[in-house]
Amino acid sequence: MAKTHVTCTVNGEETEFLCEPQQTMLDVLRDDLGLTGSKEGCGSGDCGACSVLVDGRLVCSCLMLGSEAEGKEVTTIEGIAQGDHLHPVQSQFLKHAALQCGFCTPGLIVATKALLDANPNPTDEEARYWLAGNLCRCTGYDKILAAVHAAAAEMRGEAA
Amino acid sequence: MYSPTYAAPKTVDEAVGLLANASGAARVLSGGTDLIIQMRSGRLRPELIVDIKKIDGTIGIREEADGWHIGAATPGAVVGEHAGLCAAWPGVTEAVQLIGSTQVQGRASFAGNLCNASPAGDSVPGLVAAGAKAVIVGKNGKREIPVEDVPAGPGKTTLAADEFVYEFIIPKCEGKTGDAYLRFIPRTEMDIAVVGAGVCVTLDANGVCTAAKVSLGAVAPTVLVVPDAAKALIGSKLDQAVLDKVDAAARAIAKPISDKRGTAEYRIKVAGVLARRAAAIAFERALAR
Repeated sequence: MAKTHVTCTVNGEETEFLCEPQQTMLDVLRDDLGLTGSKEGCGSGDCGACSVLVDGRLVCSCLMLGSEAEGKEVTTIEGIAQGDHLHPVQSQFLKHAALQCGFCTPGLIVATKALLDANPNPTDEEARYWLAGNLCRCTGYDKILAAVHAAAAEMRGEAA
Repeated sequence: MYSPTYAAPKTVDEAVGLLANASGAARVLSGGTDLIIQMRSGRLRPELIVDIKKIDGTIGIREEADGWHIGAATPGAVVGEHAGLCAAWPGVTEAVQLIGSTQVQGRASFAGNLCNASPAGDSVPGLVAAGAKAVIVGKNGKREIPVEDVPAGPGKTTLAADEFVYEFIIPKCEGKTGDAYLRFIPRTEMDIAVVGAGVCVTLDANGVCTAAKVSLGAVAPTVLVVPDAAKALIGSKLDQAVLDKVDAAARAIAKPISDKRGTAEYRIKVAGVLARRAAAIAFERALAR
């Protein structure tokens, strides 16, 4: 079958690719665009390791076809830092050791950025519900939540 | 290797033409949170995928003279951000937001949930209780049918091969009308309903119920309407005896299966409890208007 030609923006750069109709956005990112930060955990939208932003909205890239990216603005974990400067969510994840194996971390950072963009001062409950679609089998989540709240405080301009 | 054709038509006519002329199985794509998983697992292998999201009106919410129009593929997250619709129809809007995670909410839609035709679709009983209509488009034009007439059984709808859901119309929530949807799952998030119950009531100035609709999910092959529960509610101010009748009517109509989420016996019991509790919330909301 004919491949689809897609033009979109990935991490601020205009990007073109050809994809098979059944190929997911996650496959395109990892296999065709070389952006391997987004991970495939479950491939069924349960684990959140493939989380990306599409036109600013948090989605699982495994639940989206590459063809659907036409005209969209896609942000992956590779687009979260500003040049050499880590995003506050990234630096606070490091500072609070909010990861062990690290497989879930890209998805959690993208999801946390989306949370804090929408809600700069989430309660613990709000943060836990927002991140319920990001599974971490190592940390037990407490350090992740500590990092989320610290990043929120930093982004609000409050001293950590 | 399996490789379907992907099309993203810009008009209803173009989409209907593609569906009508498809040589093999075709599937309509809205949020894809069910379809893409089913394609990957091999359960569905459509030859043609028609993405309806580029068609004007399939994403978004508008208030018009005949009610709220919700585009078929409007993601749950967009519904949740619409203050007007959420204030008018808290049951309908809370129900769709119960589906999946934040990520799934970024894509999952009412039409996908309805046409995936899982008996446990969370957004369906809420729409049914609210009296929502599905606007179906196809080669014979446009028709409006009650939402409960769309599912035909697990994974099956009553729509013809050339038809798809374009949008939903929910009546304006006028007077003392209130709705509620409750579901039971074994944990607090990210699971499939063991039972879901939607209730909508309209009260007169004295707080007496003049209209009611009760709907159950996950206790039969399709969403159910519970006429006996509505009958019990109409004419009442909702006392314990009426709640007992609602509970009994829900239990009587429920014909669930047993599976890993609960036995049939347990689901029947929970159907009564949720119908009763949702009725109480709907009354409370109607009285507050």
